[in-house]
Amino acid sequence: MIQTSPRTYELENIEMRQMYANTILELAKNNPNVIALEADLMSSISTNKIMNQIPGQLINCGIMEANMMGVASGLSLTGKIPYLHTFGQFATRRAFDQLFVSGAYAKTNIKILGSDAGVTAEHNGGTHMTFEDMGLVRIIPGAHVYEASDSTMLGYLLRKVEKEYGIHYIRTIRKNAVKIYPDGETFESGKGKVLREGGDVTIIASGIMVAEALMAADLLEAEGVTATVIDMFSIKPIDTELIVKYAEKTKLVITAENHNVIGGLGSAVAEVLSEHCPVKMKRIGVHEQFGQVGKVDYLKEFYRLTAKHIAEAARSL
Amino acid sequence: MGIDVQKLERFRDEIRLMTLKELNHLGFGHYGGSLSIIEALAVLYCEVMKVDPTNPRWEERDYFILSKGHGGPGLYAALAVKGFFPKDVLYTLNQNGTTLPSHPDRNLTPGVDMTTGSLGQGISAAVGVALSHKQSNMENYTYCIVGDGELNEGQCWEAFQFAAHHKLNRLFVFVDDNKKQLDGLTKDIIDPIDFVAKFEAFGFYAMRVDGRSVEQIYDAIEKGKAQSDKPVAIVLDTVKAQGVPYLEEKDDNHHIRPNQADQEAITAAIEELENKLGKVVS
Repeated sequence: MIQTSPRTYELENIEMRQMYANTILELAKNNPNVIALEADLMSSISTNKIMNQIPGQLINCGIMEANMMGVASGLSLTGKIPYLHTFGQFATRRAFDQLFVSGAYAKTNIKILGSDAGVTAEHNGGTHMTFEDMGLVRIIPGAHVYEASDSTMLGYLLRKVEKEYGIHYIRTIRKNAVKIYPDGETFESGKGKVLREGGDVTIIASGIMVAEALMAADLLEAEGVTATVIDMFSIKPIDTELIVKYAEKTKLVITAENHNVIGGLGSAVAEVLSEHCPVKMKRIGVHEQFGQVGKVDYLKEFYRLTAKHIAEAARSL
Repeated sequence: MGIDVQKLERFRDEIRLMTLKELNHLGFGHYGGSLSIIEALAVLYCEVMKVDPTNPRWEERDYFILSKGHGGPGLYAALAVKGFFPKDVLYTLNQNGTTLPSHPDRNLTPGVDMTTGSLGQGISAAVGVALSHKQSNMENYTYCIVGDGELNEGQCWEAFQFAAHHKLNRLFVFVDDNKKQLDGLTKDIIDPIDFVAKFEAFGFYAMRVDGRSVEQIYDAIEKGKAQSDKPVAIVLDTVKAQGVPYLEEKDDNHHIRPNQADQEAITAAIEELENKLGKVVS
């Protein structure tokens, strides 16, 4: 899907959490082995509807994330397919060794939704704001890391991982995303999605930064600079071929993520470029900082995560 | 239902012998916590658990998770005696490329149901297994051994709350109460105070038995099975390096690199068991 004019950026009607709950409900109804796990955040992600309709397939573990990860591994040992949700920092920072040992090292099968990606944790502030989650999971051998940019993609990812054995971490915001894809859009596993074609610079983004990247491309276009925009929703495995193709074409690459520039998308792209096609690059993301309370717009400005900052980076190259 | 005590005691002696030979071959290791669980392993693998050594992942089996993963050498000996793999495989313990690492790995060893070693985690997996079977109306039992030192880990108590809430009556938790952890006595490091009272307060059907007595352990399991409301905790009154008196008395017996006197005791214990049983492995 290559985006064409006129370009509008509107919020979707459906919240990401509704998409999560609806999709898991559908999967659970079709497959008795699908079990949703929550750690007292059912109301925050709208999975109450699963509890109401098929209570046997939702387990509210209470506020015990480490145990929840272990319970998920145990369910997996008996052939169940656990979908575990909690805020991203609890799924990764808090329960990292459980995810590492009982999950990946033990080769169990666990699907993890880490919600409230980065700045979208808003009023929950620094304790709850994770800019590290993708980096933490990315370093685990065999683990898969995805960031959903809108509800269509989230639905795709949730369905896709049901069929694949292993540790899958999906990062999302909880509220409405900017609509990027039409309903029914198809995606290829492990392949980035080219949303705009341009010859001067390549902007590789994920999550909420995909919309910012598209808006940055608009700003640059007004100045006569054309940008390719790629939604790199699969951070691991990453689409090496696509990165190299566009790096060779544009010679300049910018990454944009609502995450620490260490460990996440920026690191992953830099690793590919430095080994396969060294070109100039800049990483838009959080640099050596913790989270804090604030509205999303304020936080995006504070951490320099807007279209304006992406366009500035492009000009500086 | 009566049990054949003679058969069970022979099974126990074989596991103890093979554990000693396995660790002795390696030259060092977790003697203390491997030997203290031998009686429990013997009761489980000889009398209680529904397992098929020729089909380790049989769906109808009972599950066993050694949450105190450092007791791996004891578990391996039990699995070998039960017939999951040949006894001479035990001599590969911790060797390069082995299927028997210090801490159990479910992807390497036939009969190992869960990878453990990072303390506190195996019990959560056991709870997940038990919950899964309960929800699917299956009759599998789940048995899990935790260490007394391991119960320092908060995750264990998360898992116990969860197990009691879900009334996982087919979950049996054994506490290897050998009174010691790596740095010394549990009562000096984090005083357990009263495990049985704690488990009861957490909603378990709990009891303390002599961890040296296969009959008491067996009877406790039977009692636990006779009720259907609660998960079961059986606190095993054990000693580290159980069954080798000289090592039992040794202060630092969690992980042993034998000195001359230790080595003489180990060699003597092996000879004594071999004489009693006849050679089990040439």
